[in-house]
Amino acid sequence: MFMRNSLICLSLLFVPVLHAEEKTPLLGKPVSKALVEKWNGDIFPDGEGLPAGKGTATYGKKVYQQYCLSCHGVDGTGDSADELAGAKHGLTDNPPDKTIGTYWPYATTIFDFTRRAMPLNNPDVLSNNQLYAVTAYLLYLNGIIGENDIMNAQTLPKVKMPNRDGFVNQYQ
Amino acid sequence: MTTENELKPVAEGGLLDRRLFLKKGLTFSAAVLSADVLAESSDIYRPESSKKAGDPFSNYGLPSEYERKTIRWTMGNSMADGNGVSWTPLQDLEGTITPNGLHFERHHNGVPDINPKEHQLLIHGLVDKSLMFEVDDLLRYPMTSLLCFIECGGNSNAAWRSEPIQTKLGYFHGMASCSEWTGVPLRLLLNEAKIKGRAKWLVAEGADASLMNVSLPLEKALDDCFIALYQNGERIRPENGYPLRLIVPGWEGVTNVKWLRRLHLTNRPVMARNETSKYTELMPSGKARQFSFEMEAKSLITNPSFGHKLDKQGLYQISGLAWSGRGKIKKVEVSADGGNTWAEAALQEPVLSKCFTRFRIPWQWNGQTVVLKSRAIDETAYVQPEREELIKQRGQHGYFHYNAIVSWKVDANGEISHVYA
Repeated sequence: MFMRNSLICLSLLFVPVLHAEEKTPLLGKPVSKALVEKWNGDIFPDGEGLPAGKGTATYGKKVYQQYCLSCHGVDGTGDSADELAGAKHGLTDNPPDKTIGTYWPYATTIFDFTRRAMPLNNPDVLSNNQLYAVTAYLLYLNGIIGENDIMNAQTLPKVKMPNRDGFVNQYQ
Repeated sequence: MTTENELKPVAEGGLLDRRLFLKKGLTFSAAVLSADVLAESSDIYRPESSKKAGDPFSNYGLPSEYERKTIRWTMGNSMADGNGVSWTPLQDLEGTITPNGLHFERHHNGVPDINPKEHQLLIHGLVDKSLMFEVDDLLRYPMTSLLCFIECGGNSNAAWRSEPIQTKLGYFHGMASCSEWTGVPLRLLLNEAKIKGRAKWLVAEGADASLMNVSLPLEKALDDCFIALYQNGERIRPENGYPLRLIVPGWEGVTNVKWLRRLHLTNRPVMARNETSKYTELMPSGKARQFSFEMEAKSLITNPSFGHKLDKQGLYQISGLAWSGRGKIKKVEVSADGGNTWAEAALQEPVLSKCFTRFRIPWQWNGQTVVLKSRAIDETAYVQPEREELIKQRGQHGYFHYNAIVSWKVDANGEISHVYA
């Protein structure tokens, strides 16, 4: 008898506790795949999320001159905004020279960030073709691709950035 | 009366026992109030303010007109004024709560104008069903409140420079603020969408002009993250994320996404610009630390600090702030002799996890030149490093996550400067 009561008590201890706060009013509305695709602009290093379109550095230079040069300087050498290209020295020098060519680990990030945030005064202005072109131009300025290499959803993720292995994940 | 024994220093440089004020209710030598003599025309003394009816009620209170100097110092990009920062004037504040109008800002492209009736939050990716939430919907969900700090990963970055910057404390350490945030645990919304087993990360995105996004481990999201709607009791201010802000307790500010509009559950990080090109710390080896989310323990003496002046010798109170992204502050030690000897400061209760903690210690200044320092120790036994030690570990070009001990030199005139000592 004593044993059985003990067992009952023990088993009670292991009943999962349901927190009152875990009950919610369930107000999230299911949405269509099409809406999600329209909202989701995330582009991953393997190319997931890259849209249709293409461009080369030749056209990209024109896009750059029109929309980027006033802040990022001639040939991406920096001005009121970051230096993007034309590093004179490396990451272990004092001071280090951080550009797309010396520092950025993934080429897809250039497309993703430019599409979501650039240019600051009109972040909604560039078409996907223009974005591929200006991405190609920045890669070309950094000596990573050729002037006539076409960047698109297939080729951009294949670009191996010089500092691809330069990061140490601190999150365990 | 205070006995001689109680004024005996507990460390060099004039530091006194932290319990001194509690025991004696001592007043500062420079701040003894004395009433004027009675005015002739009246039975009782009336200060000027009491001789006429005061101002009427106000719909929303503002600081006294005599406190107009307590403001955020703003620093915008010359070509895009919404890209930059504003700093909390920590040198002018006491206690632990940052007033909403003084909470620091880091915007990548300005403060968006968002009508909450038109704002929605989408949860999608590795979930059984993609769900859209209206702001009014979220107001009906069970909420939680947390007092916690938010600190930009780039806070204190001027301290990496070779020469100590001579500016007010808040202007180089003030990208840190502390509020009570209230909102809906992220866990509740993610569970409603039913997380798929493969999900390991989520990408959070804001509705600002930079569609600012970062990746967060799902483990953290399910642990203590929540979507805040309120800051210090009122709806979040536009510059702090109105109407929805992701709160990621103890982690670098950039993960606390403002104007939250989308959460994308994934099996890997998206490698956004703000987790690759920025918010990573280049080390002397040429490799960079990435996903160094936690803000490690830091402390600052806020008073006295650069810009304050000690007018006369006597008894002062050293006051400062300490915090750790890893939990509670266990101890703060103060030195008044450049770090040779240390004394334990009193911690203001309640001491909360991942929250500003106010520390104080009495100090007798006899007109000598001294260097004041504070160091925080958190509940994981992490000790805030000396600057030299931090630079030995990380080099000088990490830019982000600077948390070394800050030193103030008080000279014989009572002037205070920032030194590396």
